[in-house]
Amino acid sequence: MNKVKISAKNIDVFYGDKQALFDVSMDMYEKEVTALIGPSGCGKSTFLRCINRMNDVIDICSVKGNVSIDGHDIYDKSIRVESLRENVGMVFQKPNPFPKSIYENIAYGPRIHGMANSKTDIDEIVENSLQKAALFDEVKDRLHQPGTGLSGGQQQRLCIARAISVNPEIILMDEPCSALDPIATAKIEELMNELKKEFTIIIVTHSMQQAARVSTKTGFFHLGKLIEVDSTETIFSNPGNQKTQDYITGRFG
Amino acid sequence: MFDVSANLKKRLKSERRFQILCITAISFALIFVLILFLNIFSSGYSAFYKTTIAIEVDYSQVIEDTSQFATMSDDEINKLDLFRFSKKSIYSLFPDIEDRKEKKLLIRIFSIEYEDEIKQFLIKNKENINKIETVYLTASDDVDQVRKGNYPRDLPEERRRIKDIQLEYYDILENNGRVKYVFNIPFLTRGDSREPELAGVGGSIVGSFLTIITVLILSFPIGILAAVYLQEFARSNRFTDFIEININNLAAVPSIVFGLLGLGIILNVFGLPRSTPLVGGIVLSLMTLPTIIIATRASLRAVPPSIREGALAVGATKMQAVMHHVVPLAMPGALTGTIIGLAQALGETAPLLLIGMVAFVVDVPSSPLDASASLPVQVYLWAESAERGYVEKTSATIMLLLGFLILLNLAAVLIRRKFETKW
Repeated sequence: MNKVKISAKNIDVFYGDKQALFDVSMDMYEKEVTALIGPSGCGKSTFLRCINRMNDVIDICSVKGNVSIDGHDIYDKSIRVESLRENVGMVFQKPNPFPKSIYENIAYGPRIHGMANSKTDIDEIVENSLQKAALFDEVKDRLHQPGTGLSGGQQQRLCIARAISVNPEIILMDEPCSALDPIATAKIEELMNELKKEFTIIIVTHSMQQAARVSTKTGFFHLGKLIEVDSTETIFSNPGNQKTQDYITGRFG
Repeated sequence: MFDVSANLKKRLKSERRFQILCITAISFALIFVLILFLNIFSSGYSAFYKTTIAIEVDYSQVIEDTSQFATMSDDEINKLDLFRFSKKSIYSLFPDIEDRKEKKLLIRIFSIEYEDEIKQFLIKNKENINKIETVYLTASDDVDQVRKGNYPRDLPEERRRIKDIQLEYYDILENNGRVKYVFNIPFLTRGDSREPELAGVGGSIVGSFLTIITVLILSFPIGILAAVYLQEFARSNRFTDFIEININNLAAVPSIVFGLLGLGIILNVFGLPRSTPLVGGIVLSLMTLPTIIIATRASLRAVPPSIREGALAVGATKMQAVMHHVVPLAMPGALTGTIIGLAQALGETAPLLLIGMVAFVVDVPSSPLDASASLPVQVYLWAESAERGYVEKTSATIMLLLGFLILLNLAAVLIRRKFETKW
């Protein structure tokens, strides 16, 4: 059994007057893939964005409760959100490479964090990150062409490489395959299996098959509440809650 | 099965009617623009030409040995008194004229600066002046307008500024091949003048240019910074809403109000020199700022939020995300807004009238602190003048102003095309 990496306790999230998450508590384990499933608008993405404090960007959003990583409270005043995000990378629903070259997309993070000083260091990080994202062989001859010129699946892997480039311990993925075709999706899933050896991965997904294929643990959200969290096998074969049962058998959602 | 039903017929008919209406509207707009351009062009193009008349000048009467001119400095030549000599040179065109009045009328077919033109010829060619040189002198406005056909010759003499005898002189000179119609370079390089044939737009071109540069230097950085702060950093609350509403209001304030502000505050309180491009630029900046801020905010808003999130997610600070990724993408839009704002400022007249840029300025300004006119104000000034020569110069100035405006708008379009990012 891996040790607990992220621990969320009694999370409430509000968008203005509207409450989006109700008292969510959940542990996520190191070097595993944890999937968050549930119907649209159930709060799973909101929960994911609590882990790297991406919700801070939204003026009207406020978070109550406690999220800790390796025992450190990430909402503590002493934590700088920039260094938190250096350790908790994120991949978004729609591939969002910067409209710059492939190389620059990856070099950006290490550069602003001062992780590499010489050009050779950066070259190395770029190559390593692309290797880990299984993209290097496809783009090695056109590193200086725009990242936006790649196919959707390649763009998403570029974004994964960009997340990896700053050496995070955790990678959050917010429906990373929702804009991709099945072949590109398969590649990303394969990649996740590789990445989980090194990183803790939390993935939000709409596809129950995907959750079943890639994750070790699965949490089911419904109407802002965490209904059930257990090993993926249990959730899909023998869920403890009727709502989970209804959702995975396709009766609603 | 595929019958055209009555209902469909009706719909198609109304569609045709709608299209005809649209095309009529566009044609109207085009026709008016065309009429405007034709009208301005037809009355303005002749201002770019002027009539000159050749006379023989015997420089040896100034100094016996004309090679000595080469040793004189320009200043020394300028100090020479050549007034009587110049007059005599002109009289020599018609040696038979004895009557003083007729002599005076002969002199009047030339512009009043004939002495200076004879000197300038000397300065320009002092290295190798021959005894007798042919010098082309600018004709007076009356003669110029006769040459250009703007002045009907068949009017009775008492209703003409030009007398019969002057017309006679002119015709003789023309038959002798002494009249030359040349490109009017001084029109583009000189300042204003009380004599229409000598007046130029050089002063107001430079004045407008200095004003626009002042506007650019002041409003571009302020506008961009304000827009970036309001759009990216400021939390939205009552106070920022208030600022936003006021920026939009500022864009709608009649420009003459800014002129009053300039007069009341910038001239009277801060005591900056009046009639200057610096003050004009400050006043016009107030007008241009809201345009730049609104355009920049719109183009910042158009940058997809995913770009900001992408940068924030790798640990960039908010400022880094904005300055490294968002602002560069918004720059083409911001620049377009700036250029359009500058174009507005270039064509603006009313506020400049109030801060004294409507003064009669003969010198071409050399710094933003010199008194100066500007192109639209020059149009205003000349449009009020009675002499026929100013009519064509007014139109020519409008042509130049429109030309600069078209250039600026073209630059805006090109920048937008070139740097537009696709994602």
